[in-house]
Order: sequence, then C-alpha cells, then structure tokens
Amino acid sequence: MLHIKCPYCGMRSQNEFSYGGDASVKRPELNKEISDQEWDSFVYNRKSLRGKHLELWQHLSGCRQWIKVERDTATHEIFNTHKADEEIS
Amino acid sequence: MQKYSIFNLVKNAFSNHENWDLAWKDPTPKEEYDVVIIGGGGHGLATAYYLAKEHNITKVAIIEKGWIGGGNVGRNTTIIRSNYMHDENALFSEFGMDLWRKMSQDLNYNVMFSPRGIINLAHSDAQMNAYARRGNSMRLNGIDAVLLNREQVKEIIPMADFSKDVRFPIFGGLMQPSAGTARHDAVAWGYARQADSMGVDIIQNCEVTGFDVTAGKINGIRTSRGNIKTKKVGLCVAGSTNILAEKLNMTLPIETHLLQACVSEPVKPILDRVVTFGAGHFYISQSDKGEMVMGGDLDGYNSYAQRGNLPTLQHVLTEGIAMMPFLSKLKMLRTWGGIMDMSMDGSPIIDKTHIDGLYLNCGWCYGGFKATPASGWTFAHTIAQDRVHELNAGFSLNRFSTGHLIDEKGLGTKTWIS
Repeated sequence: MLHIKCPYCGMRSQNEFSYGGDASVKRPELNKEISDQEWDSFVYNRKSLRGKHLELWQHLSGCRQWIKVERDTATHEIFNTHKADEEIS
Repeated sequence: MQKYSIFNLVKNAFSNHENWDLAWKDPTPKEEYDVVIIGGGGHGLATAYYLAKEHNITKVAIIEKGWIGGGNVGRNTTIIRSNYMHDENALFSEFGMDLWRKMSQDLNYNVMFSPRGIINLAHSDAQMNAYARRGNSMRLNGIDAVLLNREQVKEIIPMADFSKDVRFPIFGGLMQPSAGTARHDAVAWGYARQADSMGVDIIQNCEVTGFDVTAGKINGIRTSRGNIKTKKVGLCVAGSTNILAEKLNMTLPIETHLLQACVSEPVKPILDRVVTFGAGHFYISQSDKGEMVMGGDLDGYNSYAQRGNLPTLQHVLTEGIAMMPFLSKLKMLRTWGGIMDMSMDGSPIIDKTHIDGLYLNCGWCYGGFKATPASGWTFAHTIAQDRVHELNAGFSLNRFSTGHLIDEKGLGTKTWIS
C-alpha cells in the first residue's frame, strides 16, 4: 500500500487517490503555431521513466485537489508531494 | 536435436533419464550476426524461430538480460483468444489461433494447448447488445462466436452467482469456443529449443547497454558481454521498451505499468472454461494442477517493479467473489506481477522505425501471451523482408500521429483506466 502525503490533508492511504499520469507533460501553448508533431508528442508520447517520476494524483476521496507526486517507479518510494500549481525546480 | 517421442522416453528410461541432450546451448556471443533480437521472452524466441524456419536466416542471436522466459511469458494467466472486434486485431489474432493449434506438433514440444472456450459475461441489456455486435464482427472475420443467454451460461458455469438479488446479475455472455489456455513456460522453452537447433544463439545474462547508430543506420549493439555487430536489431522487450528507447533517443506512445495475477490453492476440477467478469475487470480459469488462475486490473500507476500492491489485488478478488462466490473459501497460494508495455490505444506496435535496421515490437498491454506466435511470425517477416506483412500493417508506429488508432476498448490515452 502506498502512503501519499496530500499537501492539504496530510498522510493518507493510496485508496483515497486516483492516478493522473506523467506531470511533466506540457500542453502546447495557445496563440502559437503548433506542429502536428508537437500535438502528437503531447497527446501520445511518454518517457515512462524508470526511477524518479513526477506524476499527477487526485485526492479523489478526500479534498479532491490535484497534486504532484515525486515517486520512484522501480521501488515505489515517494520522495515528495507538491500542490499542482507549485513550480518544482 | 533429439526428438521428443514415446520411443525416446522409453529408451531414456533405461538410463534413468540421465542422457537427454540439453534443450538449448549456452553460447558465448559471436562478433557479428545477421539479426539480433533483444529480449528472450515468448515474442523474441518466436521471432528467432520464424526467422530461421520461414526465412532461412539462422545467423541470429537472442540477447536476454536475465534468463529466457523469466518475464511476462512466465507471468501471465495463459489465456489464448481472438475475440476482437476491429479487423486488425481480429485477423492478426485469428492467424495466431491457427499457429496455436499446430504448435505442439510444430515445435515437437507439448505446450498443452487447451481450447476450452472463453465466456465474457454480460450484466445488462446494453452489454448484451454490445456483445452481439462484437460477436457479429468476429463471425464476419471467420472467428467463432456464440451469444449465450442466461440459461445457457448457467448450464456451462453453474458455480457462478445466478441468485436473484445480486448487484451484477448475469444476463448472458459471449463465448468463443475455440479460445483456451496453454502452458506458458512450455511455449518459451519449445520455441527456444527449436530456434537453438536451427543455429540461433540464445545468450542469457547479457544486458544491452547501448546501440551503435551512424547516419540513421544500426551498425551494432553494446552489451555487458561485449559489442556485437549487426545490421538488423529487433526489440522485443515489453515493459522495458521505454528504457531501451531512451538509449535510442526515441519517445514512444508506451507507458510501463504493473499487472498482477494470482493462483489459489489447488482444488478438484470445477471450472472447465475461461470466464471474464463483465462488470469490472476479472478473468479466471482453472489450471491442470487445479489452481484457480486469476487476474484483473493494472495497479494503476507507472511502475517497473515486478511485484504488486494489495489494494488492487483486493479489488480484483472482490470482483471474482461477486462473480463466483465459492472463491471466498479458497486460500491464496501465490501472487506475482509483471510489467506491461501499455500502448496509447490498447493495440500493439510491430513496425520499422526511423532508424534503418531497427524494428519495434511492443505495446502488448494485457494481451501479449496469446499473441506470441502471430507476433513472432509477423515480426520475423518484417525484419527479414524489411517491410510489414499485411497482418501487422495496421500496427504501425505512426498511426498515433495520423489518427488511425485501433482503440478496441475506447479508453484513449489513459492506459491505466480499465
């Protein structure tokens, strides 16, 4: 069982969260010429890293906020959690 | 190669079975090969076998990081079927069904193919309509499909829950009578033994660390046991696809996820079909040893760990008990996990790439095992002829950018949603 620290509610069990995928994927900027290839990369292509992975989760059965989680995809260790709008260096 | 037969069995009995030949050799890597297949799982071994058998290309190496058959070919729930609606998947899988039927004879290795039939249960009128449509599509493609009503299903699997006040009553089901199961390890070993006998080098405990690509062409690979020159490389590494793609500076429409399966303690024969629950994601069959073999959803987050997490297992087994209440009395014997190469439309990729001589075989999602022979056959064709066969023409890498998706389940790009 994963234990995820919601930045709003504190440490909660995995059962309260739903997964939202790779958080490093950025939607192409609006008001800009966007190539088909850029759309393709945004919609379909994923690095799916082995090791440290920044991903979105939603605290669905809790505060319903979206959050970012830094997690290791090989060991399942969670290093850090952030609010969705937090910039991560 | 020593043939496996009743006569050889009797003959070897006189020497206490101490003089059987090794099923495959343990060669050291040569300097150069015509084709290098990366990944000694079912698909890689089958590809090497069909390269040798169908295309007379025998200067082939299979490079395996661990041991052959240690990945998903030994971790699945052994289900074989072709009950697909879309033409690409249906025709490809049905071609595979033919290879499954002949496999034990073809490989001189008993893969214990058991065409016991698969039943997908329906729990609403709408689902019955959807299954009728899928069944009709299957029949148009020459695949056997039978739509069963509630009474017919009850006759076949009376141990399922047919009581009145259940949350998901059984309305009926779609059955593919020719579907079934096979002994998964035997599939890997059978292909390995035949490939080895035709001259393929099976190199185990050898990790690929890099690729030599110059001017858009493959010239060789680097491994933990030295460099190997080759003009053609086939990737058959399932859940590790993204790791090798990174070394090639490729980003693919694939995410790696964790899928669990489990078996109960062995019990007397009770279930002689493969059955899937229609109101969730749960599938079950009974092995020849009597264990109930069960599986369901992905764990739901990117993972390279070949071990699962309990919440998903509990969720999956709750579905199982809703479908067949007697399961609650059984003890769990083993659980395990494998890492799946989940593609963004749920269908596989068997294609050439932008790098000359690099061929890609991935994106098998939940359905890699049953595809083993057809995948090997078409991938061997693609590598040998340097062009795709009509059976895998739809499984192209560029279908995502051109919009020709084969989205069998209509899930879109959230591969972890089921």
